[in-house]
Amino acid sequence: MPDDTEIKLDSLYREVILDHYRSPRNRGPLPNPDLQAEGYNPLCGDEVTIQLAMDGERIRAVRFSAAGCSISQASASMMSGLLEGKTIAEAEALSETFKAMMHGQPIDEEKMGDLIALEGVRHFPVRVKCALLPFETLKQALDSRA
Amino acid sequence: MTRKTALDVEAIRRDFPILGAIVHGKPLIYLDNAATSQKPSAVIEALVRYYQEQNANVHRGIHALAEAATAAYEGAREKVAAFIGAPSARGVVFTRSATEAINLVRYSWGRANVQAGDEILITIMEHHSNLVPWQQLAQEIGATLRYADIDENGFLPLDRFERMLSQRTKLVAFTHASNVLGTITPARAIADMAHRAGARVLLDGAQSVPHLRINVRELGCDFFAFSGHKMLGPTGIGVLWADEGILDSMPPFNAGGEMIRKVTIEGADWNDLPYKFEAGTPNIAGAIGLGAAIDYLETVGMENIREHEIALAGYAMQAIKATGAVIYGPQQPRDRTGAIAFNYGDIHPHDIAQVLDAEGIAIRAGHHCCMPLMKRLGVTATARASLYFYNTSEEIDALCAALPKAARMFSR
Repeated sequence: MPDDTEIKLDSLYREVILDHYRSPRNRGPLPNPDLQAEGYNPLCGDEVTIQLAMDGERIRAVRFSAAGCSISQASASMMSGLLEGKTIAEAEALSETFKAMMHGQPIDEEKMGDLIALEGVRHFPVRVKCALLPFETLKQALDSRA
Repeated sequence: MTRKTALDVEAIRRDFPILGAIVHGKPLIYLDNAATSQKPSAVIEALVRYYQEQNANVHRGIHALAEAATAAYEGAREKVAAFIGAPSARGVVFTRSATEAINLVRYSWGRANVQAGDEILITIMEHHSNLVPWQQLAQEIGATLRYADIDENGFLPLDRFERMLSQRTKLVAFTHASNVLGTITPARAIADMAHRAGARVLLDGAQSVPHLRINVRELGCDFFAFSGHKMLGPTGIGVLWADEGILDSMPPFNAGGEMIRKVTIEGADWNDLPYKFEAGTPNIAGAIGLGAAIDYLETVGMENIREHEIALAGYAMQAIKATGAVIYGPQQPRDRTGAIAFNYGDIHPHDIAQVLDAEGIAIRAGHHCCMPLMKRLGVTATARASLYFYNTSEEIDALCAALPKAARMFSR
């Protein structure tokens, strides 16, 4: 009998996810951030801080720091790479698309970059919160602007 | 090889239908017993028998089914009283959970007895269910909540504990066994200290009643709270045992039917104990199921259960440590229960639990509803394997064999 579990576990922990987890992009503090927020996952204690440097409506730089599982860390790393140079509206659209993907809705894969690798997370309902944590924290950071 | 103890674990396992389950193509290895235990057929059948043969509301009906249901419900209360060494069943109040039992004390006894400037003393290793209610009460009335610290081995140093007690201390609330560290606390010594200071004592027995022989009189507490589902019983049933004199002095918690003696347009008189605290139709089936769970535990023998778990926890702690994992809490199995929290390298507990799940192994990962304790330990989360008397050393071997798979996947 084929072991479907192995296949599913592989679909969760794709190599690109493990790569972002082992070598996170844009990790560390941002000096003098314009916007920032801290997010918590009350289920597991995961924490993530998102910091943004803004150029008007455009995101100039993104940094994150996090204590969390491979899924939340990889999600933060992948997200940060896509945000640089985006307007606030574009960043919010990316968040919405990612949420739609986590809920199994059809999306435009072109715009998702490495984030598409997290598509398999939707088969593990408890872990969807981990993948969404950086995006929810990004929303808090964007909503905090005066 | 299965280790020799007084228990016939193979025969016991056949009493638990779910232990034969296949998960992700592998035999289930259930090591999440501190979250909830599995249920033997005797408990499941007691629930079915009640609904098929005895279902009626309790205490008021003048018909055969109502009498049978009342006898079964009150019989369960007698079993609980005997199981925990209570002087009488009048002090046994059925609740929804250990959490609700603690909240009953908070709202009823706490509001009537704790005043602004008073202190409530708990420990840093409390489950949120024995922490947040006191935090809320303290904020509501202007009292101070204080936390007794643990030492590096997860013990409560009694000399430091005693120094935190004073005339201002109105309540000392603490766990009998930590759901993370496994630490079994010196309940009697702490209760005596607290009483000398004039405080009342609430003991959270959610993690001790399933594993240790309990005698509330020997423990010396005033309130003792626990849930049914961690000790083979159904979910949705818990118990508050309390000293009858204290219960008599307490105002009701919920108001409604059952808890009254007489109602007029102007007011109401309260019913006798324990009914004063059981407003509304209770969880009749849950109480009967808990009674069946107690019968099962008594047949196996709490002393046999404890000896098996000491041997198995000792084996498990050695085997888990041999993988390179760090285990929190007391290192000697006699000082603790089989709730074993650990971290394995820098791999996040969520990722460990996910890899183990693919092997059919159920553990818990996260903060275990003990966020202040996680902070005290300097971690955001831990993995936790928690044992019960139906677990075997072979299951521990499977756990330890699977951990290196997580290492291969996540090591940086």
